[in-house]
Amino acid sequence: MGLLEAIIISVIAASTPLLLAAAGELVVERSGVLNLGTEGMMIMGAACGFAGAWLTGSTFIGALFGIAAGCALSLVFAALTLGLAVNQVAAGLALTILGVGLSGLIGAGFVGEKITPAPHLYLPVLTGIPFVGKILFGQDGFVYFSVALVVAIWWFLYRTRAGLVLRAIGDSHTSAHALGYPVLKIRLLAVLFGGGCAGLGGAFLPLAYTPFFIPGMTAGRGWIALALVVFSSWMPGRLAAGAYLFGAVTILQLHAQAFGLGIPSQLMSALPYLATVVVLVLISRARGSAGSVAPASLGTVFVPDR
Amino acid sequence: MQLVLEKRAERSTKIAILSPLLAIALTLVTMSILFAILGKNPVAALIVYFVEPLTDSFTLMEIAVKATPLVMIAIGLSLCYLANVWNIGAEGQFIMGAVCGSFLAVVTNGTDAGPWVLPAMLLMGAAGGALWALIPALCKVKFGANEILTSLMLVYVADLIMDYLVRGPWRDPKGMNFPTTASFDPVATVPTLFETGRIHWGALVALIVVALATVMLGRTIKGFEIRVVGAAPRAARFAGFNSKRLVLFTFAVSGALAGLAGIIEVAGPVGVLQPGISPGYGFTAIIVAFLGRLNPVGILIAGLFLALTFIGGEGAQISMKIPLDLTKVFQGILLFYVLACDSLILYRIRLIASQKKAAQGSIHGTA
Repeated sequence: MGLLEAIIISVIAASTPLLLAAAGELVVERSGVLNLGTEGMMIMGAACGFAGAWLTGSTFIGALFGIAAGCALSLVFAALTLGLAVNQVAAGLALTILGVGLSGLIGAGFVGEKITPAPHLYLPVLTGIPFVGKILFGQDGFVYFSVALVVAIWWFLYRTRAGLVLRAIGDSHTSAHALGYPVLKIRLLAVLFGGGCAGLGGAFLPLAYTPFFIPGMTAGRGWIALALVVFSSWMPGRLAAGAYLFGAVTILQLHAQAFGLGIPSQLMSALPYLATVVVLVLISRARGSAGSVAPASLGTVFVPDR
Repeated sequence: MQLVLEKRAERSTKIAILSPLLAIALTLVTMSILFAILGKNPVAALIVYFVEPLTDSFTLMEIAVKATPLVMIAIGLSLCYLANVWNIGAEGQFIMGAVCGSFLAVVTNGTDAGPWVLPAMLLMGAAGGALWALIPALCKVKFGANEILTSLMLVYVADLIMDYLVRGPWRDPKGMNFPTTASFDPVATVPTLFETGRIHWGALVALIVVALATVMLGRTIKGFEIRVVGAAPRAARFAGFNSKRLVLFTFAVSGALAGLAGIIEVAGPVGVLQPGISPGYGFTAIIVAFLGRLNPVGILIAGLFLALTFIGGEGAQISMKIPLDLTKVFQGILLFYVLACDSLILYRIRLIASQKKAAQGSIHGTA
């Protein structure tokens, strides 16, 4: 296996959790809700996902545990922001604080345990093709699912009636409400979907990326996923491109550390975070003050009048 | 039948006072359930968490030590949040304050430099925190970059900078390769208030900060500007308030306070610069700010209460083998309840007949 091939495979693996979480958040934000709790839902997905896989021996059930954990946390968020009209920024922060604490509590018993990592696809002839074989036909289920998920979200948002309604609610909840669309119900579904995606993205880490659980193992990926949604201008295609770009930055800094080069390892580790800041600045500058491509109702509270 | 939210005609002052207490009560109930799930006696656990630390002068002083950074950071954050500016990177500003102030302590170490060292360290700490906070503020004002994400990303960067320094250039040569600077000289140390215990002059600084913030918010035009920009941005524009300059101002002040808290923590109770100087003060301070209703005196009380949970959590870990992470869970749940209860100040929950019937009724009404 050549070095380039190995790098591409590791880039895909590093990008997948970002892509999963960011794809979910994209749908949430398209419906007009800003859930900053992605990091908390991801780390809960990681802890519960690992617990599920360790208890049952099945990666699949582990992944389901991760999804369920993400959904459960997002339900709390929905109850507050949709049910009680709480400020979404504050509620999202609370979700992250709670998720980090709970995951430490749940995961404490599993630190040091190991599981079999998620199996990789193997097709007799295709996987053997030099260079592209392993990249296209030798990944684990999470990777294929994440790609399918982005395509499905694109199709849903731009090719279905329900997707149109969701976007309409995100752009003007008052108009959508006046037209008779159930704003809060659709937002609830979007938030739950986003929670499930973030939980799955988190579960990917201990189930496929490293076969063990460490507290705080998401290391800010949830926040990077949030930045990716801004980077993508809320468009699924650009989201995938951004996720792989960030995966590449993460992997390249690891390789650069391995080579030494005399650069402090901490500087290299800081690269993904610095890159996020730089990208946010560049994207915001390119759009200028007028270019608010964000859903118009994003982050605002909606209380239906009767 | 269905529960719906209905806007009150005016904000309820009664609930505004009751809401933090109600939130704490609900949190305690939830915690009791959690303790029971963990197989611990809820009553005993709650006593260890919330009563025992109050019965001993040593732990009482420890509460003040922990509350000092929390209150200082939360006061700064409350200014941001009142102005609807979202600085959530206080943890990074705390670390950069500690790093910048420690620079002086490290270079003057063992030189018998004189009593100017500590005041200079405090100034550099505040400046370091303010400059670190101005990065996201400038990115927001100049380019429109979201300050929530940029300020948070810089927390990780600050942590790595400190990690580099204490493992590299600033490492104590006699420290057996541990990632820590040499112990600070006495002239670079915040003195303690009493002969025993770790309570130090920083606690008084925190009280002064509370007093200054009270005066600024209640009695000055700047405080008025902050509240108007946050509560009614349109009215603020008509009044000629510059919201961009206010973003820079609130970020700089909150960064300076977080940085000052950082250097006081390092030069006070900790005594060296090393990883793990903060058990998440910058994040817990967000909870303190909200629990204290973004009011300086409220923040002082809330800061003492959350400091109690840190100390109680440590006690519960030692005496009842309750995991330390439960303190974070507790803090998260508390913030949820605070936000939920605060919602009741502006809204009331009403039980109404099912929406379909209500809608039909209104159609008939207009027809």
